Amino acid sequence: MQQKTTNHKAWFLVLPVLVLVAFSAVIPLMTVVNYSVQDTFGNNQFFWAGLEWFQEMLSDERMWNALQRQLMFSGIILAIEIPLGIFVALNMPKSGFWSSFCLVVMSLPLLIPWNVVGTIWQIFGRVDIGLLGYTLDALGIDYNYTQDTISAWITIIVMDVWHWTSLVALLAFAGLKSIPDAYYQAARIDQANRWKVFRFIELPKMMGVLMIAILLRFMDSFMIYTEPFVVTGGGPGNATTLLSIDLVKMALGQFDLGPAAAFSLMYFLVILLISWVFYTVMVNLDKKGM
Amino acid sequence: MTDATALTPATRARSLPKVKGRAVVMTLYLLFLMLPIYWLLNMSLKTNTEILGSFSLWPQNLTFENYVTILTDEAWYMGYVNSMIYVVMNTVISLAVALPAAYAFSRYNFLGDKHLFFWLLTNRMAPPAVFALPFFQLYSSIGLFDTHIAVALAHCLFNVPLAVWILEGFMRGVPKEIDETAYIDGYGFGRFFVKIFMPLIASGIGVAAFFCFMFSWVELLLSRTLTSVDAKPIAATMTRTVGAAGVDWGVLAAAGVLTIVPGALVIYFVRNYIAKGFALGRV
Repeated sequence: MQQKTTNHKAWFLVLPVLVLVAFSAVIPLMTVVNYSVQDTFGNNQFFWAGLEWFQEMLSDERMWNALQRQLMFSGIILAIEIPLGIFVALNMPKSGFWSSFCLVVMSLPLLIPWNVVGTIWQIFGRVDIGLLGYTLDALGIDYNYTQDTISAWITIIVMDVWHWTSLVALLAFAGLKSIPDAYYQAARIDQANRWKVFRFIELPKMMGVLMIAILLRFMDSFMIYTEPFVVTGGGPGNATTLLSIDLVKMALGQFDLGPAAAFSLMYFLVILLISWVFYTVMVNLDKKGM
Repeated sequence: MTDATALTPATRARSLPKVKGRAVVMTLYLLFLMLPIYWLLNMSLKTNTEILGSFSLWPQNLTFENYVTILTDEAWYMGYVNSMIYVVMNTVISLAVALPAAYAFSRYNFLGDKHLFFWLLTNRMAPPAVFALPFFQLYSSIGLFDTHIAVALAHCLFNVPLAVWILEGFMRGVPKEIDETAYIDGYGFGRFFVKIFMPLIASGIGVAAFFCFMFSWVELLLSRTLTSVDAKPIAATMTRTVGAAGVDWGVLAAAGVLTIVPGALVIYFVRNYIAKGFALGRV
């Protein structure tokens, strides 16, 4: 890593970013803080409520249930996407036309607007007109994502795997490509088998990018909103109401500003914590010069 | 990874079927990725009666009527125009402010630099759901509700940090000696930055622009919350297909296909940087 010089005038260069992001992040966040400690009877008359909303939310089953579903969702998709992504990366052609071809096709789902991703799977899974739903139905499997909880869960999980596994694969592939050939030659001399090459060369060398992949996937799945909302709308019942869906329902649907704000802040604190882990990982990677 | 280049005869004999195994894995995976997209395309080329009436793997009566509907109805195609306007605005704003900032982060130590860099990251990670309501109130109160600039500014929340991180990742690869030589040669900061430095990180700027464009293009929650009529994005327009007579599946599918086009057109140029961009310039 290059040596940096100390120059406090560099602040002028970051000032535009600071002003812009402060405008679009700090002001709204302060509004949220404001709502979280006040109550209203309408007519824009607010009065101090202290930490009431936080207490109410913490003892509210609704938030805990949403959190539980959220953690389950994030856990399942990580458990599928990370190994599958690594597996795909290991099987990707390393160079030439087919490598580019795979890169382009694999990137395609990543560039589709999120509501269209939802729409695609909403159609794909329908029993009457969707290929997936129709096929499963023809095979005699009881599948209906609008009424059956398990079907709904399978649909949103397969959708997320479809949408984001490529990201993990692309990152792992980038990590694999950075391994010098000498490592493989050394392994050949030592007569290491395929598993040992993976375990002792590829996996340790990929660890950095994999950490990034895991954190990114965790964060993004933790705040997922559009895709499951389009497919299931949070249903059947509340079965697929994840944190963001619940929050938007509360804030924009029911206009429960106080509880929604308290909810938002606690949500944000979790995100902050994970961001910090992410940042620490990044800084350590930079130090190692990866 | 050794199997394709294995040299010893023993491993080569074993590696032959393995190479095939790879191709099978990749084919299956790519098929899994393409099937749902194909299905959307398939449906967009059918009439509604065919979609609902019979089940077929490809259109029996090929029709482009769904596309014609979208491209001739102003309510439809203005959705694309609106999305394009705020996405381009957002990309320009994000890059304009991120370039100098990324340079500062990559070259200098200054008071609070690490905290600032971390704080930017937290905004990239912030759930849009938390910001939807406050944004609505903020932009309504300053009279920007339902304008393109409101959405463009709102998307800066996650795109500016993204651009700063990606650009910083590219800039750190440029040796510092270049800056110093230029200053000795009498270049001022502005002229050096535009004339010498920016061409050096041209690919980085391209990648950052691509990702700003993309993340603004795919986002729905904020853009839908901040608009009603004049700046309504295509993503929100798509809900129009749900009418009293049921869902207009063909048009919905066609609209979906058209939203994939912009990304698909440019993906080839950034294919080698996709991983780097998603990992915030850190791979």
